[in-house]
Amino acid sequence: MSLKERKPLLYLDGVSVSFDGFKAINNLSMVIEKGEMRAIIGPNGAGKTTMMDIITGKTRPDEGSVFFEGDTDLTKHDEAAIANLGIGRKFQKPTVFESHTVMDNLVLSMKGKRGVFSALFHQEDAQERNSIADILEIIRLEHRKDALAADLSHGQKQWLEIGMLLAQDPKLLLVDEPVAGMTDAETVETAKLLREISRNHSVIVVEHDMSFIRDLDVKVTCLAEGAVLSEGSLAHVAADPKVIESYLGR
Amino acid sequence: MISRYLFQALDKRAFWVAVALMVFAVLVPLLNLVVPDGHPLHVPDYLVGLLGKYLCYAMLALALDLVWGYCGILSLGHGAFFALGGYAMGMYLMRQIGDRGVYANPVLPDFMVFLNWEKLPWFWYGFDQFWFAMVMVVVVPAVLAFVLGWLAFRSRVTGVYLSIITQAMTYALLLAFFRNDMGFGGNNGLTDFKDILGFSLQSSGTRAVLFALSALALAGTLVLCSLIVRSKLGKVMIAVRDAESRTRFLGYRVEHVKLFAFVLSAMIAGLAGALYVPQVGIINPGEFAPANSIDVVIWTAVGGRGTLIGPIIGAFLVSGGKSYFTAAFPDLWLFALGGLFVIVTLFMPKGVIGLLGQLKGLASKMPRKNADKPLPAKPEAAE
Repeated sequence: MSLKERKPLLYLDGVSVSFDGFKAINNLSMVIEKGEMRAIIGPNGAGKTTMMDIITGKTRPDEGSVFFEGDTDLTKHDEAAIANLGIGRKFQKPTVFESHTVMDNLVLSMKGKRGVFSALFHQEDAQERNSIADILEIIRLEHRKDALAADLSHGQKQWLEIGMLLAQDPKLLLVDEPVAGMTDAETVETAKLLREISRNHSVIVVEHDMSFIRDLDVKVTCLAEGAVLSEGSLAHVAADPKVIESYLGR
Repeated sequence: MISRYLFQALDKRAFWVAVALMVFAVLVPLLNLVVPDGHPLHVPDYLVGLLGKYLCYAMLALALDLVWGYCGILSLGHGAFFALGGYAMGMYLMRQIGDRGVYANPVLPDFMVFLNWEKLPWFWYGFDQFWFAMVMVVVVPAVLAFVLGWLAFRSRVTGVYLSIITQAMTYALLLAFFRNDMGFGGNNGLTDFKDILGFSLQSSGTRAVLFALSALALAGTLVLCSLIVRSKLGKVMIAVRDAESRTRFLGYRVEHVKLFAFVLSAMIAGLAGALYVPQVGIINPGEFAPANSIDVVIWTAVGGRGTLIGPIIGAFLVSGGKSYFTAAFPDLWLFALGGLFVIVTLFMPKGVIGLLGQLKGLASKMPRKNADKPLPAKPEAAE
C-alpha cells in the first residue's frame, strides 16, 4: 500500500460499474496527485462522465475503491458529503440556478457552513462580498451580476458555473466539457482561466476539443470502453497507435 | 426601527399586504361592533365569520406555497395538517363544555358518554389546559410532517410519487377519524362548543376577537415566510426546487432543507386549522377529505405560486367565488371551478399575481412604442 501512504489526492483502484449488463467502467485505475491538472479524453461512451459520477457519489461502483486524500473512502459518502469534503463539479450541460441572479448563484456556492439554520441566519459580510466581486471579475460577469442566470448566453453560463466552482473553493475540481458550444476565442480564454485555477487547485478536465487540450498543456489520460487506454503527455498519447485506432483516427 | 428593518428585509408587497391585514384586523371588528346595525358601513356578523374563515384558508394556502412554490414539494395532503390543528383546538373546546353537555358529565364529552366509555382516553389528557392545546396545535402536525418527510425525502421520493403519498396520508387519516373507536367523535366530529377561555363563542365580541387574531396570525406568518424566503435559506429552497441534484453537488443536504420547509408549513397549517374551528363551530373527519387538500392547491395556483401573497389572494377569490356561486347558481359552481382552473393553467401560468405583472409589462411597453428614440439594444448581444 505504498500508494496509499503517499496520499495522492485521488486514487481509483480497479473500479467497475455496469448498467443493465453494460460495463460503463471496466477495472479503471487512476491516480491524481495534489496540485495536478489532468485532462481526460476519449470517445463517446468511454465512461468519462460515469467516472465523475463515481467520484462525486452520484453512482456507486460495483467493485473497486476510490480514496480521496489517502484515507477517505468516497464510495461510503453521498453527494453532499463529498462536496463538503472538497470536491466540486461542473456539469457537461451548464447547470446553473436559472431563477437566481448571477450574484445569488455565487452566494449559494460560497464556501461555508451548509446547514439549514446557518443558511437561515446567514448574514453577508465584507469578506464574502469581496470574494464574490473577485470571482465576478475573473469570470467576466460583473456587468451581468444582477441578471437572471437563465438570461445568460451559453458561454456565460459555462463561465458562471466555473465561477460557482471557484466560490466553493474545493480541493479538487471536476470539469466536464467546459468549452462545449464556445467560440474559439472563448475556448482560448477558458484554457487560460483553467490554467490559472490549477495554480492552487487540483483539476480534472474532460474535453473533446484537442486544441483546447493542447492549450492546457498537461498530462493526458485517454479512456476507452471504461478503462485507461493510454496516459502521458499529449504528444505521447496522440502518437499511441491504440488511441489513434479507437479515438483520434476515426 | 423594527418596522424599518422589516421593510428592508421583506418583499415590499409582502410588507404592505401584512400592513393591510393588520388594518383589516382592527377595521372589520370595529365596523361590526361599533357601527350600528342598518348603517351602510356596518359589517354583519355572518360576514365577520365568513371573512374569518377565508383568512384561515389563506393561511393554509400560504403554508402550501412555502413548500410547493419555494421548495417544489406538491403536497396534496395539506388539509390533514389543517384538520389536525383543528382537532387539537376542538378537543380543548370540548373539555371547556364541562358539565353543560347533554349528559352533564363533568369530564367526558357527550360522545364518549354515549359510547359508554368509563374514563377519558389518555390522549385527551391535558386538553383542558389552553396552553397545552395550543402547543399540540403545532406539535402534532409538525411530528406527522417530520416523520413522513424524513422517510420520503431521505429516500428521495419526489414529484408525483410524493404527491400521492401525501394524498394517501390525508385519506388514511380521514378513514381513521371516521371510526368511533379512535376517540375523536367519529363521523360527527367535535361540535356544540360553548366557550373559549371563558368567553362565549356565540357572542359577537368573541367572534370579532377571533377574526382579528386570524388576520394578525396571517400577517405574522406572511412576515415570517417572507423573511425565510428572502434569506439565504430561501435561495437554497429555490435552488432545490429548480435543480435538486445540482444543489446536492454544492454540498447542501437537500433532505434537511425540504424537511425544514415541510415541518414549518405543517405547523402554519395547524395554526390555521386551530383558528378556523372556533369560528365555524365544528371539526369533523370531512376536513381530511382529499378534495379539501386539492382545493388548497387550486387557491395557490390561481393566486400565483411562489409569491406568498398570491395564494392569499387566490384563497379569497376562489372561496369567495364558491360562496357566491353555491348560493346563486348551486349547480354551476363545479363548472366555474373547472373553467377557472383551465383558464389559469392556459393563460395565467403565474396566477393572478403573474397577470398583474403581465399587465404592468404591457402598460410600460405601450408608451415606449410611440416614443421617437429606438429601444436600447441588448448589451450582451456582442459577446
